[in-house]
Amino acid sequence: MVDVAFQSNRTAAAQAGRRRVGLRNALRRKSMSAFLMTLPLILLIAVLVIYPALYSVHLATLNKAMTKFVGFGNFEFLFKRDTFWLVVKQSCIFAISAVIFKALIGFIVAHFVHNVPANKQRKWRGMLLVPWVIPPAMSTLAWLWLFDPSYSAFNYTLSFFGIGPIPWTGDAMWARFSVILVNVWYGAPFFMIMYLAALKSVPEQLYEAAAIDGANWWQRIWYVTLPMMRNIIAITTLFSLIVTFANFDIVRILTAGGPLDHTHIFATWAFRVGIEGSDIPLGASVSLFMVPILAVAAIFILRDITKRGNES
Amino acid sequence: MSRKKLSRREFVAATALSSAALITAPYVRGAYAAGKLSMGFWDHWVPGANSASTELVNEWAAKEKVEVQIDYITSQGNKNIVTIAAEAQAKSGHDIFQMPTWWPQANAELLEPVNDIMDPLIKLNGEVNGTVKYLGQADGKWLGVPASVGSQIKGPCSRIDLMKKHAGIDVQEMYPAGSPPKADNWTLDTFLKAAEACHKAGFPFGIGLGETSDSVDTAGAIFQSFGAQLVDAKGDLTVKTDAVRQSLEFYKKLLAFLPPDVAAWDDASNNKWLVAGKGAMIMNPPSAWAVAKRDAPQIAEQCWTHGFPAGPKGRFAPYLPFFWSIWSFSKNKEAAKSLLSFLSQPASIEKMVVASGGYDLPAYEKLTTLKVWEEQGPPKGTLYHYPNPYKHQTLSIAASPAPPKVAQQIYFQATLTKMCLRYYQGESMEKTLAWAEGECEGFMRS
Repeated sequence: MVDVAFQSNRTAAAQAGRRRVGLRNALRRKSMSAFLMTLPLILLIAVLVIYPALYSVHLATLNKAMTKFVGFGNFEFLFKRDTFWLVVKQSCIFAISAVIFKALIGFIVAHFVHNVPANKQRKWRGMLLVPWVIPPAMSTLAWLWLFDPSYSAFNYTLSFFGIGPIPWTGDAMWARFSVILVNVWYGAPFFMIMYLAALKSVPEQLYEAAAIDGANWWQRIWYVTLPMMRNIIAITTLFSLIVTFANFDIVRILTAGGPLDHTHIFATWAFRVGIEGSDIPLGASVSLFMVPILAVAAIFILRDITKRGNES
Repeated sequence: MSRKKLSRREFVAATALSSAALITAPYVRGAYAAGKLSMGFWDHWVPGANSASTELVNEWAAKEKVEVQIDYITSQGNKNIVTIAAEAQAKSGHDIFQMPTWWPQANAELLEPVNDIMDPLIKLNGEVNGTVKYLGQADGKWLGVPASVGSQIKGPCSRIDLMKKHAGIDVQEMYPAGSPPKADNWTLDTFLKAAEACHKAGFPFGIGLGETSDSVDTAGAIFQSFGAQLVDAKGDLTVKTDAVRQSLEFYKKLLAFLPPDVAAWDDASNNKWLVAGKGAMIMNPPSAWAVAKRDAPQIAEQCWTHGFPAGPKGRFAPYLPFFWSIWSFSKNKEAAKSLLSFLSQPASIEKMVVASGGYDLPAYEKLTTLKVWEEQGPPKGTLYHYPNPYKHQTLSIAASPAPPKVAQQIYFQATLTKMCLRYYQGESMEKTLAWAEGECEGFMRS
């Protein structure tokens, strides 16, 4: 018994020593210090992002009075509502068309800026980023005045050419066009700056080699630029798609979802139903509807990027 | 460890001393002996109107030895209703919250009943109108005290000159300052003819058909004038009725005489329409006139606020009250009730109404004839009929008398204006009614 007790003490001491060394080693490890340094941010994200996200999932499973668990009952209810499917359709039109135009305009403008002499580039970059750095709620107010139903500055200008007045926010098609236009105006600079960074990282030798092979400008873009930018394009598109699907301020300020609900997107309709209509569980369900779809899209896009990274 | 034993004599002495200290404690009052009270009040549009509330609260706080904190929360961007939702979820926040129209009903389970202060206040200030009861009571329980601050009637504000010149209607004669209205002929038919005449003259009525409150309120009053309800008080669907059909037909005719872009109007559009001198009438509380007084005095001089036109089922005007409600999680309910009682005394109400330039409307019938409405101008007496002093119109809210939780959905989804617009844009009557019926069915979920 004594031997055993002695041995066990020795083992415990050795284990404690090992633990101390292990802790010291762990603290010395770069990954551990990195983790500790990011811990405050991780906690902040946990409190401000993960908790509200889980709470909204919880809300989405309650009845209107928030007294009873209804599981997927709110979603079943939504699937039977015509307005909900109208909102789904509009959110897709809004997000997909806005992202396509933002990417296209960003790509073209990035090429223009890339070709500007280096000493003048900073000025252009700064000017082109202005729409992106102004808080969208403020810039959308300016757009609202430009589109104002009765005093539109655009209509005033167009009237000199005998055009209009155009019901920018009063007609379903024009209202959709207006909200997409403002979103493109706001978001294109983000694509531009990302693509510009990607363009700068394409080795010049590849273009020289392509030129020697007799490639024209289109072939240079198709066979050199685009493949080299593929990852950046995929990431920016994914990021922008998520942000655009979750947009609120532009539509809320410009049209508030009208006319006849024809510009409502998930966030604005969730606000209408949840906050203005005091049906918070249904509002939470509307805002959560896109999560699985976007999550699947994100998994595929990110998997593709990782695969290409491993191949190279 | 030694422990001193407490003798019976010592125990009795200690108990007597503690009891004496407890009994005398309330009489030794510190600066804030009666605790703390926080309130979230609506941030008034009218500059300086908040200061009247602040002064009254401070006066009460000094007398009652309560530490108070007032937060003025704007309704711009719906910040007030977002705060209500957040406090309701957190079950924490202000003790008193000034809630607009539908929110006491939406949070009924989380509010402290205030019947004990409402009954004496009604005895003192007079009966409250039906809309206040509809929005402020649930199962006989008062969910809040009607606040004069922010409460409003959205009746017509007409241009005296344009109505006289183009429609042949003298609104001052119809609603004379200081005497009862002579508005028997002021019906929806007369209104429609006036709308047509002013439209032809290039000064159309500025009545929105968007999805915001002003548009919905006007539609609500017109529907009620025809006796049209989408859902009745029992919660039964009543969309497919002649009254609803008549309302839609009326709106179809009216829309032809309104500006072409009214589908996109928000709550600022009608104000701008009046101040810019583009139209002969809008439906709004006197805020548009107050802005005109500052920015376009020549237009303000021609403005006259008056009653709604009457329909086949009566004369209805949109009324939107605010309520001061006490959260059930408040830690100082008695102090909150004492404050609300103080704020509802006739002198307090008058002070707040004067500070708002007559914009705010008390809910009590004895307080609709304050001097402030007689004196406001130019033109003098322009607000005389604003508080409905002769009760010649029924104050109502759109979507009533449906059960409030259903009506709130009809109101905020703007079902009434959407119906009018759909029908005007060429959808068949039956299709429009079927669409509205489907929407209302959805609003009834519990």
